[in-house]
Amino acid sequence: MPNLGNKNILTDNKFYDYLNERLKLDALVDYMSKKNVPQHSHSMFYYFGGLTLFFFIVQACTGILLLMYYRPGADSAYESVKFIVSEVSFGWLIRSIHSWSANLMILSAFLHMFTVFFTKAYRKPRELTWLTGVGVLGLAMGFGFSGYLLPWNELAFFATRVGTGMAGAVPVIGDYLLVVMRGGEEVTGATIGRFFGLHVAILPALFIGLISLHLIFVQRLGMSEPLHWNQKPPQEKSYMKFFPNFIYRDALIWLIMLNVLALLAVFFPDGIGVIHWPLGEKADPFGAPPAVIRPEWYFMFAFQALKMLPAHIWFIEGELVGMGLFTAGGLMWALIPFIDRKSAMNKPSRWIMWFGIFVVLFIITMTLIGYLVE
Amino acid sequence: MPKKDVSRRGFLEVLTSGGILGVCAAIFFPILKFITPPESGEANVSQVKLEFSRADIEADPKKAKTFKFGRKLGIICVTSDGALKALSATCTHLDCTVQHRPDLGIIWCSCHNGRYDLDGKNISGPPPKPLEQYVVNEIDSGIFISKEEA
Amino acid sequence: MKNIFILILIGLLNCSMALATNSKNCLECHAEWEEEDGPTHLFSKDIHFQKGLGCVECHGGDTEAEDMDGVRSAKNYRGVPKFNEVPNFCARCHSDATYMRQHNPSLPVDQLSKYKTSVHGQRLSKHKDKKVATCISCHTVHQIGDGKLPHSSTHPLNVPETCGKCHSNKDYMAEYGIATNQLDDFKASVHGHALLVNKDLGAPACNDCHSNHGAAPPGVDNLALVCGNCHAIESELFLKSPHMKAYAENDFPMCATCHSNHRIEHPSDKMIGSTEPGICADCHDHDDGTRGSQTADSVRNAINALVAAHEAALTVLKDAQAKGMMTTNEEFLLKEVDQSLIQTRTHIHSFDASVVVPKAEEGIAKADSVKVKSAELIDEYYFRRKGLGGATLVITFLAILLYLRIRRIEKPKG
Repeated sequence: MPNLGNKNILTDNKFYDYLNERLKLDALVDYMSKKNVPQHSHSMFYYFGGLTLFFFIVQACTGILLLMYYRPGADSAYESVKFIVSEVSFGWLIRSIHSWSANLMILSAFLHMFTVFFTKAYRKPRELTWLTGVGVLGLAMGFGFSGYLLPWNELAFFATRVGTGMAGAVPVIGDYLLVVMRGGEEVTGATIGRFFGLHVAILPALFIGLISLHLIFVQRLGMSEPLHWNQKPPQEKSYMKFFPNFIYRDALIWLIMLNVLALLAVFFPDGIGVIHWPLGEKADPFGAPPAVIRPEWYFMFAFQALKMLPAHIWFIEGELVGMGLFTAGGLMWALIPFIDRKSAMNKPSRWIMWFGIFVVLFIITMTLIGYLVE
Repeated sequence: MPKKDVSRRGFLEVLTSGGILGVCAAIFFPILKFITPPESGEANVSQVKLEFSRADIEADPKKAKTFKFGRKLGIICVTSDGALKALSATCTHLDCTVQHRPDLGIIWCSCHNGRYDLDGKNISGPPPKPLEQYVVNEIDSGIFISKEEA
Repeated sequence: MKNIFILILIGLLNCSMALATNSKNCLECHAEWEEEDGPTHLFSKDIHFQKGLGCVECHGGDTEAEDMDGVRSAKNYRGVPKFNEVPNFCARCHSDATYMRQHNPSLPVDQLSKYKTSVHGQRLSKHKDKKVATCISCHTVHQIGDGKLPHSSTHPLNVPETCGKCHSNKDYMAEYGIATNQLDDFKASVHGHALLVNKDLGAPACNDCHSNHGAAPPGVDNLALVCGNCHAIESELFLKSPHMKAYAENDFPMCATCHSNHRIEHPSDKMIGSTEPGICADCHDHDDGTRGSQTADSVRNAINALVAAHEAALTVLKDAQAKGMMTTNEEFLLKEVDQSLIQTRTHIHSFDASVVVPKAEEGIAKADSVKVKSAELIDEYYFRRKGLGGATLVITFLAILLYLRIRRIEKPKG
């Protein structure tokens, strides 16, 4: 039984009193202390959202620091990143943490999303929370894609050329889209300008807006209870106070992750295995592309699936069919709370379950093929 | 509540505050170091300001000096009519460092007697390719080297 | 069938070039008689054919004639030259500056006069030797190529085999009493490796030392000048060195004394020194009354010290690299040490310790600074780990406290 007796553990703090007199914090603390988090065998899933937020905060801080030395442009981007990692003290650390945290943010966002999906936490009344969450993940991937090019090294250049090239296959507006993304026909210094603007201004603005909505929704609605709790008698349900118990646990996980980040950044400053970001050579638009051009791991499944499609399916281009399918699948995924009508009545739906399993297996299989099959 | 328990809690509070301060220090120390500009000032981009002046080049017995240009070594020399010419200093034959021969008016690689004219064109000997030519800008007394626009 | 095709092709080519001469007439008969390696079939690859010259430009004759008797009876008919006539046969045009100007103005016209000075030419004129090389031995008869084209027998990459055709044939060369291992030696040499394996067209083939039309051994007294065409500094230093006089007095073949001639191996630092495997000991005893042995040893020590300093710097640099540090600046500085090493090795040819030792010391100082800078990087690497250790400790400490706090507030009351 958690300690519910003490109304406010902060009441004997002078600093808190000072703020409270001016900002009426009591109301906020009171509101939060009434919030409870369900305790059950899958309670750990509740921490992935907060973890994603932690990595985002790290991204924002390290990103702002990198901005002090980074200079976009074909003849300065690579040089400035090299300058950061070789001349600026702790520059290697900041860049490495930024890269590690980016990957871990996407990973924890994915885990957060799938746990929400399979516990059906998106069900009424949390449809909008789900929608904003999907939007946040999309933006995070946009961050990854645009940030990858910024060092203007060989690795980034060719991956971006392939990545943006795919946009060219979109029917009707494809060519226009490609030119807008690249800032011209080819990936050049103009592309860096665009990706830089996207990465440090447009995406952060959208991201903060969307994630604020997401957090407000979560605070308003509280944590979703498992589906089967519906039939449970109230005395069998166990809860934890959101504040301070859950917050403390969150903080504990953040501290551990901060340690993990520091360890990774020091021991593997350039990443591990296929998830790596060595600075390498400067991009040479006229040079030979490296033997293996790979997107980042979270784009691998889509990249591989599109690559495996035949050139033509029936009379339509294979790539086009693939993109159509991905768009339809993504749309269905985003709208799952509205498709899964049974969930609104707290009933499990076998079809939705199988859809989710299919998506997970598809992503895992395609990613593995992408990395393991030559 | 027993007194002993209170003092133990107080001790824990102090420890926690210390811990928080420690973590803040661990985070802010690298950040403070990071924002302190390094001695070399700013990232060297495709333009480099030479650390020596025209007078230094003219004072050199070979009327030339080498400089670091990105990852490459460059050579700058004063020609007989007083113009400054800057080229990549790595011979295209077997990577020796070339030198200026004011007596012959050429750039010369002593390893295998490779010769280039002052625009970097390979004119005799083994070098298979010309030397890359850089753009020289003299502003006030500073010499700036940059890559030729493609 | 193939013959007809070639005939048509040649015919078409001829028509399109609107030749003044009508070689078609020759081909009509010759192409039919000849085997596939006959002149009419080979001729399409020939530079003369490509420049629009036909059979009669060399062989003469009347293309309008009905049969061979008619062709032969023409006044300018030259037919097939006898062996000793070949040089003059080619020189009829190639030594004629006025004629050559119309076809290839930049081509020299001195081949015949050079040939006359060559060992080949001398034997031909003086000894009526019918085994020596004439124009066609190297250039082929009907497939004479532009030396810049890769298929040509005189392209630099093909020259060693072209000369070797005769010079490495023991039976053929038997009566001359000269070695036949030049081709094998060349292939094993640093020059042969550069030319034939690395395809470095700047590396010398036979003709770059022996000349082409005036082919002859370079001569003992001029060797340093010949080698000096590429190895300029070595040659310059050697000519000023004490060895110069000594070699001249003893009739030593200059550069070849230490480096041999065709089998010039990649030089090694081991060659220097008054003890095995140093080759200086071949002439310089410890007590031969000169300073030679002493110089050899101090030069060798200087070079060894520089090589060791370079190695040491490289080891530390590689260690820093393996630890994931950015070493681009240090690599750059190490290149200067490489340059010093090249210079020091070059200056061995002064055979003067007071020239070599300062060069080596200059390089050693540079190598030491690379080593120090790389060592600093390694220190930085350990500093990072210590820093990380400290930070991790502090963070873990706070995490434990937080954990205790959670335990405390959730401890069941009573």
